[in-house]
Amino acid sequence: MNPVILRLLGQRLVLALLSLLAVSVVVFAITSVLPGDAAQEQLGQDATPEAVAALRVQMGLDVPAPLRYARWLGGLLKGDLGTSSTTQMPVGELVASRLPNSLLLAAVTALFSVPIALTLGIASAVWRGSWFDRAASTAAVGVVSVPEFLVATLAVLVFAVQLRWLPALSFVNDIESLGQMLRAFAMPVLVLCCVIVAQMMRMTRAAVIDQLEAPYIEMVRLKGASPMRMVLAHALPNAVGPIANAVALSLSYLLGGVIIVETIFNYPGIAKLMVDGVSQRDMPLVQTCAMIFCCAYLILVTTADVCGILANPRLRHR
Amino acid sequence: METTTSTLAPDATASAAAAPPARRSNLLRRLGGFGPSGLLGLAVLLFWVLAALLGPWLLSHSMAAAGTSNVFAPISAAHWLGTDYLGRDMLARVIEGARYTVGVALLATLLASGTGTVLALLAAASGRWIDAVLSRGLDTLTAIPSKMFALIMVAGFGSSVPMLVVMAGIIYVPGAYRIARSLAVNINALDYVTVARTRGEGTLYIMLREILPNIAGPMLADLGLRFVYVVLLLASLSFLGLGIQPPVADWGSLVRENIGALAMGGASVIVPALAIASLTIAVNLVIDNLPGRSARERGAR
Repeated sequence: MNPVILRLLGQRLVLALLSLLAVSVVVFAITSVLPGDAAQEQLGQDATPEAVAALRVQMGLDVPAPLRYARWLGGLLKGDLGTSSTTQMPVGELVASRLPNSLLLAAVTALFSVPIALTLGIASAVWRGSWFDRAASTAAVGVVSVPEFLVATLAVLVFAVQLRWLPALSFVNDIESLGQMLRAFAMPVLVLCCVIVAQMMRMTRAAVIDQLEAPYIEMVRLKGASPMRMVLAHALPNAVGPIANAVALSLSYLLGGVIIVETIFNYPGIAKLMVDGVSQRDMPLVQTCAMIFCCAYLILVTTADVCGILANPRLRHR
Repeated sequence: METTTSTLAPDATASAAAAPPARRSNLLRRLGGFGPSGLLGLAVLLFWVLAALLGPWLLSHSMAAAGTSNVFAPISAAHWLGTDYLGRDMLARVIEGARYTVGVALLATLLASGTGTVLALLAAASGRWIDAVLSRGLDTLTAIPSKMFALIMVAGFGSSVPMLVVMAGIIYVPGAYRIARSLAVNINALDYVTVARTRGEGTLYIMLREILPNIAGPMLADLGLRFVYVVLLLASLSFLGLGIQPPVADWGSLVRENIGALAMGGASVIVPALAIASLTIAVNLVIDNLPGRSARERGAR
């Protein structure tokens, strides 16, 4: 590690923390400051001014917005996430019961999609212009330009309705055997994988082609190395950085996909919790879920940046 | 609200769809530049724009009316695309939905691209600190994933049609701004802009007369791409039940409403989903085959 890399990494981290702080301001402003008076809304237009004023004090709305923000942020940092306005349960408990499910879904999806996407991406880069490359790229563009719920409905239609291999839109809550668990997980993971693989494959293909078109590969070819050796020993080690970057960025698409997939398959995860929170305008719940998602997103994007920095040979040997 | 969309959407689609007044031969030559897949995209796009504009006049009242007991009927001569969960004709529902899917998305895209372009021109043509403040501020917005941003906005402000337009507009301003700024900064560094500045022209003149005409072409292609993003976002939001609210429906809400048809393998859930796919793929085909783009650029996509 040389000082240049350390300084760049430090900058990246500080930037990520600052972004997170800015995001928290935006989230708080949109959910509790800009929409107007929550107390008035809750009581309706006919409420007496006294009743509204009393409720405002009770809800803590009588303090100026910046102070409310500071209190909210302080609570967030201490793990005091407030109380859900619909269920009256602590938001922390609600989130804690759902978060492991979502993390499991994301982990299983990553476990399958990363090797598949890398294999497909590298293969289509090596055989670029071939029928395989064209078929894979067309399929990827197709998947990327249609909404996730189309992929999901088609998957249900094929695997649950036509072939009857998998359960359709219901997620089994009491899973007893491994077989049941696999069946329940199959559809959400399948749909998420489709979306992620398409993204990751495209980016991996671009990263590898970038290397394969570099002059040093020309040299390797002239030297007489086998195509296998050319790709595995020469191009790939240099493409690791860009590929890691592509993997991290593609995984951030999981966050969008998971919202749709958890809803359509009724999966008891945190995205479903948030969607329900939004439809019931349960602000403490929405705020917490939003911050968790934005945090995960920033971690993935920053990881992508860090991989890019660490893998840049020009920075390594300065 | 109902009236604002129905008056605004056709206006906007009309102004965007209207071809420049050109002689017939000229128009044909232009169309020829699109190539076969570009023309296919253009045809599908035109079809949906017309459906959005003329939908209400095309449909007879009996088709749009609810209340037959024929729920989730398969494709037949009487109902070309089957019927929905209330026994309504799916073709009529999809054509009605086109107004919301195409209209709302087009307005939001124009808002995003317009705002992004204006801010980018301002950033490029005026001083350093305006550029820095705008770029940093808009970068912050991109730290929130687009679907998440949409959920937060709906939680805060509900999901009326104007609100959805503004929301999607705000979400895609940073992207449009970034593209427009990188184009505008390059133009700003060219000699003729320096000459105009030396001549004593103001910032507004530089923005509108020197830079804007030179970035308009690429921004138009970017507009198409952004339109696709907006369509997908709004459809997903409606699919979650947080976008366009009943009784009106866009294609995303049509998928949601008829999700029950899945178990029977019914057409009514697949048709609106395919309509969205046909629209977004058509726009992609048009952008990829825009005449005047070099073959190299086309290959790179």
